[in-house]
Amino acid sequence: MIKYLLSRLATFVPTFLGVCIISFGFIRVLPGDPIIVMAGERGMTQERYETLSRQFGFDRPLPVQFWEYFTGVLQGDLGRSFVTNRPVWDEFFSLFPATLELALCAIIFAIALGLPAGIIAAVYRGKFFDRALMSTALVGYSMPIFWWALLLIIVFSGNLGWTPVSGRMGLMYFFDDVTGFMLIDSLLSGQSGAFKSAVQHLILPSIVLGTIPLAVIARQTRSAMLEVLSEDYIRTARAKGLSPGRVNGLHALRNAMIPVITVIGLSVGTLLAGAILTETIFSWPGIGKWMVDSIFRRDYPVVQGGLLMIAVIVMIVNLIVDVLYGLINPKIRKR
Amino acid sequence: MADASSQIASTVPTRRPGRLREFWTYFKENRGAVMGLYVFVAFVCLALFADLIAPYDPSTQFRTAILQPPVWQDGGTWGFPLGTDALGRDMLSRLIHGARFSFFVGIVVVVVAATGGIFLGLVAGFAPKWLDTLIMRLMDIVLAFPSLLLALVLVAVLGPTLLNAMIAIALVLQPHYVRLTRASVLNERTKDYVIASRVAGAGPLRQMFLTVLPNCLAPIIVQAALSFSTAILDAAALGFLGMGAQPPTPEWGTMLADAREFVLRAWWVVTFPGLAILVTVLAINLMGDGLRDALDPKLKRS
Repeated sequence: MIKYLLSRLATFVPTFLGVCIISFGFIRVLPGDPIIVMAGERGMTQERYETLSRQFGFDRPLPVQFWEYFTGVLQGDLGRSFVTNRPVWDEFFSLFPATLELALCAIIFAIALGLPAGIIAAVYRGKFFDRALMSTALVGYSMPIFWWALLLIIVFSGNLGWTPVSGRMGLMYFFDDVTGFMLIDSLLSGQSGAFKSAVQHLILPSIVLGTIPLAVIARQTRSAMLEVLSEDYIRTARAKGLSPGRVNGLHALRNAMIPVITVIGLSVGTLLAGAILTETIFSWPGIGKWMVDSIFRRDYPVVQGGLLMIAVIVMIVNLIVDVLYGLINPKIRKR
Repeated sequence: MADASSQIASTVPTRRPGRLREFWTYFKENRGAVMGLYVFVAFVCLALFADLIAPYDPSTQFRTAILQPPVWQDGGTWGFPLGTDALGRDMLSRLIHGARFSFFVGIVVVVVAATGGIFLGLVAGFAPKWLDTLIMRLMDIVLAFPSLLLALVLVAVLGPTLLNAMIAIALVLQPHYVRLTRASVLNERTKDYVIASRVAGAGPLRQMFLTVLPNCLAPIIVQAALSFSTAILDAAALGFLGMGAQPPTPEWGTMLADAREFVLRAWWVVTFPGLAILVTVLAINLMGDGLRDALDPKLKRS
């Protein structure tokens, strides 16, 4: 197991270095002079140009610049935002809970519906229910989620007036950030209606963000279940006279879960990419909206730092999934 | 394999159906896939003959008919069957011309990503260990970023145009082809026919492109179909975020971005472009599923 862990880490380190190089190189391959682009000033004097060049550290050789950047990253220094002048690291972690809360609710929604749907479809394979579920899943999988979000807004916010269109919390409520999760903070604040408002704000974005993972989980659960259900040990279990519920729910599901867990772990990237669209549409103050806004404001340190942080989070989650996979399935370790 | 089977066919006259016919037999059993194929063919026709089919030019503004609802609603006319947008442009014509952009995006992205990916995958599969490791680590790095985010940042660097969006999406999709090609190459290389070709004196290039590649194509074709739909979705998403095709281009994602402010006032300007994206992507995904079932013998009859 330790050998497996080390081999996973051995691929993690070079990838991390590469991700750092990409995010470092990103500002330097911008079309035009990076200093002029970053400063965003017209008619700069030569003197001012040199001051800025020194300030951004562009006057030194590239390897030195990279080394400084890299050691900075390791210590949590991602530079400062041009717009707010706050450290990018601090901004990232003040916004991250909002994205995490949304992503968690989305994945819970996806698992809560996708897992049973996949199991039922597999058990009733070829029946009407199976075909209906899997067609729906394929539609969900093909869904342009930014359009799906607009449709839900038209129906639930526009026509029915059930949910608000944007933000995380109604304007009449105000309370301190304790955990950064609105659902928990609103409960802690003890204000009546605050929790309900938090749920109302969260529900549409979670559905939108969870749609594609839901479809993927349902499809994956179905195919994993089908594979397991055709195994000999399942036939043995049936022959022993165990109830279908016990065979499907206990014997089959356990082994079918392995690929499903992998898919859930790997959907973190999908969730973070989807968060860009979902947060932009619902004005959800999280990482995705922050990145899009920064791209339009040409706030390059933020784009650079955010890109790096998101990639590192995806890598860490993938690493954890790999390790868990090795723990569950001894066959993988031996490779 | 291809050589062997054709040789047998030439010596013993059998009734073995041609490859295409065999493929079609399997493909047509999947009704969804056939339906997807029909929709896709219709989509391609719309894209190719947009100028002939569309009733108006996509950028003509009818100032007297702004935000006119579709024909079946009060106030709709047959002049504009799907209504008009905020500038009085015919929705139907814009949607038909939009097919052209999506089709173009899909073709270009798949060709660029697949060509580069297959080449790198072949090299990685045949190269010495260090080069293989280098290529695969590079692909891991690209895959560490969520694809849409990386494409978004790339477009921000290159400048927001449809062409740059296509380049960015192709770059982001490429690693999947590299991994897929490399995996099948490594699998094929251990087989007898490849060893035989080496013994017969085939050089590395001949082995790569003529001996091994044709036998690795099945999963790559499936991947091509699936990334065609991913490309359309991602390009529309970039257009929606303002980082793809720019207005007034009648690209579906860009049209949706334009329509956002009318979301509660004029449902048709929001609904139709998205529906067009969904139907196209769904058709291609259905087709892709059918292709996989028909091409992958392991999954056949499962």
